[in-house]
Amino acid sequence: MSTPSAEHPGHPAALLHHFDTAEQQKDASTLGMWLFLITEIMFFGGMFTAYVAGRFRFHEAFKEASNTLDVTLGAINTTVLICSSLTMALAVHAAQVGKKKQIVWFLLATILLGCTFLGVKVVEYHDKFVHHHVPGLHFHFPGPNARNAEMFFSIYFGMTGLHALHMVVGVGLLAVLAVRAGKGWFTPDYYTPVEMTGLYWHFVDIVWIFLFPLLYLLGAHFAITGH
Amino acid sequence: MITAREEKLNYLTADYGVKSWLLTVDHKRIALLYLATITLFFFLGGAFAVLIRLELLTPAGDLVQSQTYNKLFTMHGVIMVFFFLIPAVPAVLGNFLVPLMIGARDLAFPRLNLASWYIFVIGGTLSILAAILGGVDTGWTFYTPYSSTYSNTYVMITAVGIFITGFASILTGLNFIVTIHRMRAPGLTWFRMPLFIWANYAASLIMVLGTPVVAVTILLVGVERAFGLCIFNPNCGGDPVLFQHLFWFYSHPAVYIMILPTMGVISELVAACTRKQIFGYKLVAMASVAIAVLGFLVWGHHLFVSGQSVYAGLVFSFLSYAVGIPSAVKVFNWTATLYKGANTYQTPMLYAFGFIGLFTIGGLTGLMLAATGLDVHVHDTYFVVAHFHYIMVGGAIMGYLGGMHFWWPKMTGRMYPELPAKLSALVIFVGFNLTFFPQFLLGYLGMPRRYHAYPEEFQVLNVMSTAGASVLAFGYALPMFYFVWSLRYGQRVGNNPWGAKGLEWLTSSPPPTHNFDVTPIVTEPAYAYAAEEGAEIVHT
Ligand SMILES: [Cu+2]
Repeated sequence: MSTPSAEHPGHPAALLHHFDTAEQQKDASTLGMWLFLITEIMFFGGMFTAYVAGRFRFHEAFKEASNTLDVTLGAINTTVLICSSLTMALAVHAAQVGKKKQIVWFLLATILLGCTFLGVKVVEYHDKFVHHHVPGLHFHFPGPNARNAEMFFSIYFGMTGLHALHMVVGVGLLAVLAVRAGKGWFTPDYYTPVEMTGLYWHFVDIVWIFLFPLLYLLGAHFAITGH
Repeated sequence: MITAREEKLNYLTADYGVKSWLLTVDHKRIALLYLATITLFFFLGGAFAVLIRLELLTPAGDLVQSQTYNKLFTMHGVIMVFFFLIPAVPAVLGNFLVPLMIGARDLAFPRLNLASWYIFVIGGTLSILAAILGGVDTGWTFYTPYSSTYSNTYVMITAVGIFITGFASILTGLNFIVTIHRMRAPGLTWFRMPLFIWANYAASLIMVLGTPVVAVTILLVGVERAFGLCIFNPNCGGDPVLFQHLFWFYSHPAVYIMILPTMGVISELVAACTRKQIFGYKLVAMASVAIAVLGFLVWGHHLFVSGQSVYAGLVFSFLSYAVGIPSAVKVFNWTATLYKGANTYQTPMLYAFGFIGLFTIGGLTGLMLAATGLDVHVHDTYFVVAHFHYIMVGGAIMGYLGGMHFWWPKMTGRMYPELPAKLSALVIFVGFNLTFFPQFLLGYLGMPRRYHAYPEEFQVLNVMSTAGASVLAFGYALPMFYFVWSLRYGQRVGNNPWGAKGLEWLTSSPPPTHNFDVTPIVTEPAYAYAAEEGAEIVHT
């Protein structure tokens, strides 16, 4: 029979009263996290739909606007994020095998890489301000496709902004985890938060893996070399 | 061992004080928190409806100005859809019953459940705030570019309110899915689950998959309004029809968030009142999932006159007909269950009958609207208004009230008074038809929706509709009084006043905080009435 551990309600590793086994509790958390990520996919999905619709209807304008993005910075950021996924996976692994110090270091590395990404993003956004590529009153884009280029930049800011917001949340979560890992909360028997945050972090990375080619690469710079 | 002392206590008496309610993680208490909140919203939304019907008593726009009228129907729609109908059955009855029906001690994530109520309250407060400040006039559909650029009413606050409330819905759906997957009692296989659980599972899929899309859509409207981003506004190269696609991708399935759990309620009521296994149980269960899946593929029937391509229109028309099949399966199977059942006609069953009849009318007129040719004629007329009120009011609210009567003794430990309850079912049924059937005729004759004045030839039918609305309002007020009355004076009931099957009837009424003193073990399919009473039924 199960023994509900109501006497330790505050302890994170405690089995909550409504679960029968620790395994059931972990299964529930994992399924819940995956469902949450599915809602996130649908959330970003609305914006991807807007992107696809714009891309088809205003093909030329999207191509020209995409041209102005800095592929080098985008590529650097892609690399940074892929590396951060690696350090995150290593942090989860360290938690699994119970290397408590390693967890902290890998989490800190992930935070550092995440901040690097956000820093590069700030540089890019600044660039847009300077060139009047921010939608609104001061928007300016040369050529006949200015109007639809504004839609491209709206989608660009919408998608990368939402993504960056997810990064900020992720960095915050990692910071909390790092503190708790430093206090030795996580053991090979209980590391669900590390694993769940890892899933979230990988998800945010994957969103960028789609954003980078769609916004920066697709049909833009290759078209230029053709001219 | 430790339960001897707790046996006298139930979830209502386990703890007292405001704090014990506001910080509760008990799914049953959270259900009651939701019940109180949405009841408030129901009467608020109803008040707007009263003003709408009063204005439409006379052909001239004399009671309110057109701008005020725009705000009235917008806030009626916003409040009724987002703050009453969508949470009604899942967040109240579902919250209360899902763990009880599957033999669990709580939902998988109790704190998330409480958080969802707070999120709901914050979103609701913002929407009420917008109404107090001066209201919104975009219609509950928030069509762009009017909502994102031109309307100078409180679109932003309302949009933020709805955006926030969406997450309450997402969290409830997520909680239900995980709970149904991971917390079922031993022996409760998928095809032994009550149909209410199947229906809530299907509705949860929509909440989890659909709600984020409307959230991001409203977010985009918000940023377009606030920062001049350009997604939907054609003036700066955006695409207004894109909004309609994204909005209806959620808002059509949202109707199934209202109606699917209600259908689950009806299945429970029909089984309990006929004392039979639901005819074609597996098919009814699968029909819920089929409605959820197909429901995602029909949104284009709202865009038949929005410049959508003819071919897309044909596909959406066909798929809209297709979603009628699983819905009809349910109606036929309930009817087949009623045939030669040991039927009793207590209040919940009267409501169930009301549901089946009104839902059928709503569904069939929905098929008429799914026909592209006819839709062009009646688009944006009162025909559409009547159709969706037959589904959402005649269907969803009838079923919700039927469920409230059926499980009221389980929630409170007391029975409601039968006679006024039967009266309320009758009054609501009559009042509803009197209100909305004339609107089918009005729409077919060409009266457009969303205007505060109309030609004189439409007055007779409009007066009938307003008269019906007052009957309906009386019908809705009745349960308020006798439910509250029964809290104190209602007859005390035992575990199972209906003699119904289902795990929720095994535990005491009201249930203890952790639902079951001993986790039940399931050994039979749902609604196994025949096992006990089979011989009797064969002879009669
Ligand atoms: Cu629809």
